[in-house]
Amino acid sequence: MATVPRAIKVKIPALAAKNSARVGHPRSNPRSKSPAGVAGRFGVYGGRYVPETLMAALYELEREYERAKRDPKFQRRLEGLLRTYAGRPTALSFARRLTQKLGGAKIYLKREDLLHTGAHKINNCLGQALLVERMGKRRVIAETGAGQHGVATASVCALLGFECVVYMGTEDMRRQELNVFRMRLLGAEVRGVESGSRTLKDAINEAMRDWVTNVRTTHYLLGSVLGAHPYPTMVRDFHRVIGREARAQILKAEGKLPAAVIACVGGGSNAIGIFYEFIKDKKVRLIGVEAGGRGEALGEHAARFRGGLPGVLQGTYSYVLQDSAGQIANTHSISAGLDYPSIGPEHAALRDAGRAEYVAASDAEALEATTLLACTEGIIPALESAHAVAEVVKRAPKMKKSDVIIVNISGRGDKDIGIMRESLSLQ
Amino acid sequence: MPISLMPLSFYKKPGLVVYVTCGDPDLATTRAVVLAAIEAGADVIELGVPFSDPVADGPVIQRASERALKHGTSLGQVLTLAAEVRQHAQSTGLIVFSYLNPILRMGMEKFCMVARHAGVDGVLVTDLPVEEAGEYSRAMKAHELAPVFLAAPTSSDARLKRIAEASRGFVYAVSRTGVTGARRELADDAKKLVRRLQRVTKLPIAVGFGISNAEQFAEVGQFADAAVVGSAIVDTIERNRGREAAAVGEFVGKLSAVSYQPSAKMP
Repeated sequence: MATVPRAIKVKIPALAAKNSARVGHPRSNPRSKSPAGVAGRFGVYGGRYVPETLMAALYELEREYERAKRDPKFQRRLEGLLRTYAGRPTALSFARRLTQKLGGAKIYLKREDLLHTGAHKINNCLGQALLVERMGKRRVIAETGAGQHGVATASVCALLGFECVVYMGTEDMRRQELNVFRMRLLGAEVRGVESGSRTLKDAINEAMRDWVTNVRTTHYLLGSVLGAHPYPTMVRDFHRVIGREARAQILKAEGKLPAAVIACVGGGSNAIGIFYEFIKDKKVRLIGVEAGGRGEALGEHAARFRGGLPGVLQGTYSYVLQDSAGQIANTHSISAGLDYPSIGPEHAALRDAGRAEYVAASDAEALEATTLLACTEGIIPALESAHAVAEVVKRAPKMKKSDVIIVNISGRGDKDIGIMRESLSLQ
Repeated sequence: MPISLMPLSFYKKPGLVVYVTCGDPDLATTRAVVLAAIEAGADVIELGVPFSDPVADGPVIQRASERALKHGTSLGQVLTLAAEVRQHAQSTGLIVFSYLNPILRMGMEKFCMVARHAGVDGVLVTDLPVEEAGEYSRAMKAHELAPVFLAAPTSSDARLKRIAEASRGFVYAVSRTGVTGARRELADDAKKLVRRLQRVTKLPIAVGFGISNAEQFAEVGQFADAAVVGSAIVDTIERNRGREAAAVGEFVGKLSAVSYQPSAKMP
């Protein structure tokens, strides 16, 4: 066997550190490699970055989803469950007193908080659960941050008779205690995850490890528009119903389209769900609100578009909060559901294309918005959704009275009562 | 034959591939461990780049990665280590074993250039399947580095063919579905997968995941060209504070004693 002579030059370390802040960013390094327009790509973002063992399962899921999409029986069954089990359609409520108080644009609330299990997550869970049935699998695993996706998954598993295991960071288990109990009450096994920051990201790692081990019998019911293809597309499609309803409802109520649609963005499933139907309406501003946490420094927030760079985490190429060596950064948010270092790849594409804009709301602003919505409208939003309300508070007063805003109240605040009690002093 | 890109010489059967998580507990120890492993008979060294979110790894390598990251072990440092090892070991295969993000952050071109200059032979990226490897494969080829891809028991025959065609040096057969880590028994999966791979490639096949002792190593030798021992090495390092290199040397020596020189050379 021929051996290639090797040049031994030990002259490397300086290279590694230099200008590392720039590499990998599309603007400084046009990433020609990923052809836009292929399945699973949103511009250059998305893709399928997983260990080989999982590839077969991803293809199986993609095939089954494509078939189900075209199967009227599947669609009828899903629509039926959304109506009779989840409680769709959800209301679009005019927020009269909040509108008066802010003194600007007319504010409407899309009431995903009224859904069974308390948040939009059930839309996706029902869709994927019906796919599990079609694929003949009996075991479902999921990750959860705030616990909303875990509760929705546990519920649909009970409904359809699947074994259910939910991975949850122990830090999240502490701050969302009530949801942990709810999942157990629904017959799910909740497994605490002790690694890393013990939050959503670590729960996904552990769920992926379970999946890679039990892939032949198990479906991973991923809860956001994250992960490898087909998840970002499939999960989006299951949530498109939010925007479809909202668009028809606002046209009926106001006879025109809204000036802006606002939603909070963790992975970004509720946001893409309400945005998607409005993308073609170029005059409608789409505004995603990330978690600004408690400061600007890396580790103090979860605002991926404010300090993140494109990279690969947990199966997909998108904006990621990371350090100069490509290690994933810790994040902070008062809301467990937004506390994640990456963002759905379609949001990255919408942002690069300038079709959607992304801002951040801090922990304090979210808490303030919570009390405001509670006292003006009698609605306690989830802390995630409160981030979207916080943006409304900033934006509505500067808009014309004839303008209309829709804000997605993606979930209700019951699960956050403990945190609210710790953080707010009410007399 | 592009195999000449990588002198991955499995002259013995089974060949021995040793994995270490670099920087666990520190880079000086890793260097000593690697040199001891080579001295004791390792044919190929996989230099593991610690990553914050190692989704394909079991608890042993997770813990090692955490220890290594505590003092900021980076891909750049791993490549420096590779160059140092290369100065001492001319004929051992050196593979960088990483998740994709640290490589993207450094930049694919720069990574390949630096790796080649450090004397690295090949690269294995855990979370980069062949579908997404276009730019990677081009860069690897341009810098005469061997891309090694994983083949899994769940991979279809068509995929195995694609994986073998994209790989250089050897193909890494994952012995079973699951994360890295020791197992009491080797699954039937491993043998079946190697058979299926042998139908589509002449490249040497190394079996990894779950091989932790001399008996299992010998068993793999009956149907594959080489075996990868990873978590068992990392575990040895974890359990022998202060005498890591000596302990790994002893362990690798025991494994290596199993191998024999076949009369015919590997392709």
